Amino acid sequence: MAHVSHGPWTKFLDNWQRATLALQLLAIDPGLGGIMIRARSGPVRDQLLKRIDPYARKIHPAISDEALFGGLDLAATLSAGHVVKKAGLLSKPGPLVLTMAERAPVRFAAHLAMALDRGEGLTLIALDEGAEPDEAVDPKLSERLAFHIDLSDVSLRDIATIPPGIAGQPPTAPSGGGFTPTRGRELPSVPQKALEQITQIAAQLGIDSLRAPLFALRAAKAHAALHNRDEITAKDIETACALTLAHRATRIPEPEPKEPEAPPPDQSTDTQENPLDIPNELILDAVRALLPDNLLDRLAAQKARQGRGNGSGAARKGNRRGRPLPSRPGRLTDGARLDLIGTLRAAAPWQTIRCNATGREGLHIRPSDFRIKRYEEKSDRLLIFTVDASGSAALTRLAEAKGAVELLLSQAYARRDHVALVAFRGSDAELLLPPTRSLVQTKRRLAGLPGGGGTPLAAGMRTAFDQALQATRKGLTPTVAILTDGRANIALDGSADRKKAASDAQQMAKVLRSNGVGALVIDTGNRPELALRNLAQTLDAAYLPLPRADAQRLSQSVATALGD
Amino acid sequence: MTPFPFSAIVGQDEMKRAMILTAIDASIGGVLVFGDRGTGKSTAVRALAALLPPIKAIKNCPVNSAKAAQVPSWANLKTKRAHEMPTPVVDLPLGATEDRVTGALDIEKALTKGEKAFQPGLLAKANRGYLYIDEVNLLEDHIVDLLLDVAQSGENVVEREGLSIRHPARFVLVGSGNPEEGELRPQLLDRFGLSVEVTSPTDIDERVEVIKRRDAFENDNTAFMLRWQAEDAAIRDRILTARKALGKLKTSDKVLKDVAELCLALGSDGLRGELTLLKAARAYAAWRDDTALTRAHLRDVAPMALRHRLRRDPLDEAGSGTRVARTVDEVLG
Repeated sequence: MAHVSHGPWTKFLDNWQRATLALQLLAIDPGLGGIMIRARSGPVRDQLLKRIDPYARKIHPAISDEALFGGLDLAATLSAGHVVKKAGLLSKPGPLVLTMAERAPVRFAAHLAMALDRGEGLTLIALDEGAEPDEAVDPKLSERLAFHIDLSDVSLRDIATIPPGIAGQPPTAPSGGGFTPTRGRELPSVPQKALEQITQIAAQLGIDSLRAPLFALRAAKAHAALHNRDEITAKDIETACALTLAHRATRIPEPEPKEPEAPPPDQSTDTQENPLDIPNELILDAVRALLPDNLLDRLAAQKARQGRGNGSGAARKGNRRGRPLPSRPGRLTDGARLDLIGTLRAAAPWQTIRCNATGREGLHIRPSDFRIKRYEEKSDRLLIFTVDASGSAALTRLAEAKGAVELLLSQAYARRDHVALVAFRGSDAELLLPPTRSLVQTKRRLAGLPGGGGTPLAAGMRTAFDQALQATRKGLTPTVAILTDGRANIALDGSADRKKAASDAQQMAKVLRSNGVGALVIDTGNRPELALRNLAQTLDAAYLPLPRADAQRLSQSVATALGD
Repeated sequence: MTPFPFSAIVGQDEMKRAMILTAIDASIGGVLVFGDRGTGKSTAVRALAALLPPIKAIKNCPVNSAKAAQVPSWANLKTKRAHEMPTPVVDLPLGATEDRVTGALDIEKALTKGEKAFQPGLLAKANRGYLYIDEVNLLEDHIVDLLLDVAQSGENVVEREGLSIRHPARFVLVGSGNPEEGELRPQLLDRFGLSVEVTSPTDIDERVEVIKRRDAFENDNTAFMLRWQAEDAAIRDRILTARKALGKLKTSDKVLKDVAELCLALGSDGLRGELTLLKAARAYAAWRDDTALTRAHLRDVAPMALRHRLRRDPLDEAGSGTRVARTVDEVLG
């Protein structure tokens, strides 16, 4: 190909070419971890997968730990009379194709991440079929894969018309051997300057993790090795940065103003003498060309996705209680419960054959007959009413809120709702009713409620948030319903500072949202209040203007908003 | 792959210090390392393993007993000879089943010989050493409950499948995780003696240095290990010296009062905060080869000993470390 000494030549590579290039680099250096391919299942993806070893092991997110790590093969052990161990899929080096990677639960991702960290030549091809932007592979996993390629815009025609030889790749992909590590030659070492350059560029793109520059470094070496070069050239660095850094960028670096004293023609002659003399700016250009247009939106989506933390009990396994589902074949592992009838039914047709085969009378049940009970469980919901008890209208509002709470509770037999009530007034918030389903207790607790004073909205939200967190730990799904008619005028520290009060409330709203607590803002004022609408927006919550709401309407609209 | 040498880790001084302090005084009770992805949390923990001085233990003892008399009877050891072994650092993988953690019926023996024998689990292996949990905040709840109990009592009790066995399980708990992926229960947080927050270095030179060393480590492993061997050995020696010095260290009542006042001002729950702060400060003084405990030592270790014991304030974006530092300034002047 024509020698492109300058300029972001990776621009000439489309996503498909990048994908094949990434596969080649991965074959050279398994230390690159792997590649994440975002594409729906289809001919394009199949074409790419064909370039991977056809015998590559395939895994899916629901795979059992035993299959991954190996363990005792109980069935074989029992029939053989001595211990038979199974080797896990993760124990051998080589490529591993993970389908439906976006569905990988966080624990599964952690397992894979650990295996990748061991650095034993395991590489992961994660196929991300996410349809929505916020449906993506767990960051723990994507962080450890050097390349991310989006194939969703590639059509089959594009693949056929690749002019052979662009990007210096062989016209036909190495058959199957796309993945036998071709460590024929030593990877070249990287000069000091290139190393600094890569680190700087990663920093300029706002990439915090130090894995990114390390990947770029490895990719540059692998790229040089791919082209049978003993030394890293500017092109290697540029390609490597574009391939490994672009998707991690959290910042779009501004192009530097052109300096007049550097005459461009001189530079190109320079490059020929010293192949590494390439300004950061040019590499950044190459990366910038790959940055998605909606980078900021994406980052926001990622932020919103964060913090669906579990590890403290929110995750529901849901296979011990709840509504029964049809049983399925399965193994008797730790938490599983045998569906005896289902198992017998599955074994029944085989009895004669098995009796004949073994010559033994009696019931023959094999591990393949086991049927495991499954349950679907909806976690209980907790509605945290956060009621403004300030000002003049406090008494009526509180009374209506009480009414709504009681109404909702009386329907709680049908729905699995728990209710809590937080009131805020004066300078602080108070938990009037801890989460409960008991109507009697509620009536007693809510008998006398004081009102009046300022509006410490943020304090109310904080108390509600504390309750929500506790509820999440217990496995409930909390929703905070905020009832107020006015602006916050008391800050969290109790000072009567409108401005600070408003910013505190916004801040609390962000905390609630980033912790994944659902919310609902009910404006009981006579006129809709802009500040409350904004608050609802920050909370990612529904905004319901309900002037002069009575208990009946209140409970109805809450129920509707929650989608019953 | 050999672990990255501890002394070659660039920056991250607080994390390194916390790990060294637990190596000096195991009763401090472990380290929790919280930080973003790609900051070298697990690298540091694995490096620590190679740094720790060896321990004397009975050969083949499942719980690494120091003396022949302590070897549990279920181990069925014929010969009890002491040997030197590296301090055990046991990985507790996320998906580990309860059986693997506590130990269970030895299926191999049960099937082949028809014997009812106990197969010790990870807790037995970690006795007198370290138990490392990566992604500790993603650990299953029932494993957490189990760990809480064992970490507290120092004893693992197995009552299952007709087995009734108890064995010592004293270990230093080391956990790491990314706070974005979930919080830890306060009860588990409290079991960790020290907690540090790591961030990736912002200084570009420091970042370059990290990349450079990592690259050298991967390129020419043997040369790199050789290069840092002496530094690692120096740290190991210093740990050993500090362990000896710990007993001779003087602690005045004045410092004790400071400790109490500090914890009171911060409103940390329980007395564990005071005890850990004191122990950490003493270990730190021994590490620095000082003869008496002073306010300066308290000041340096207070954030790591106390930051995870405060009540959580969702609005405090600076993190509880800054809150501790502020209070330290107020109380100690």
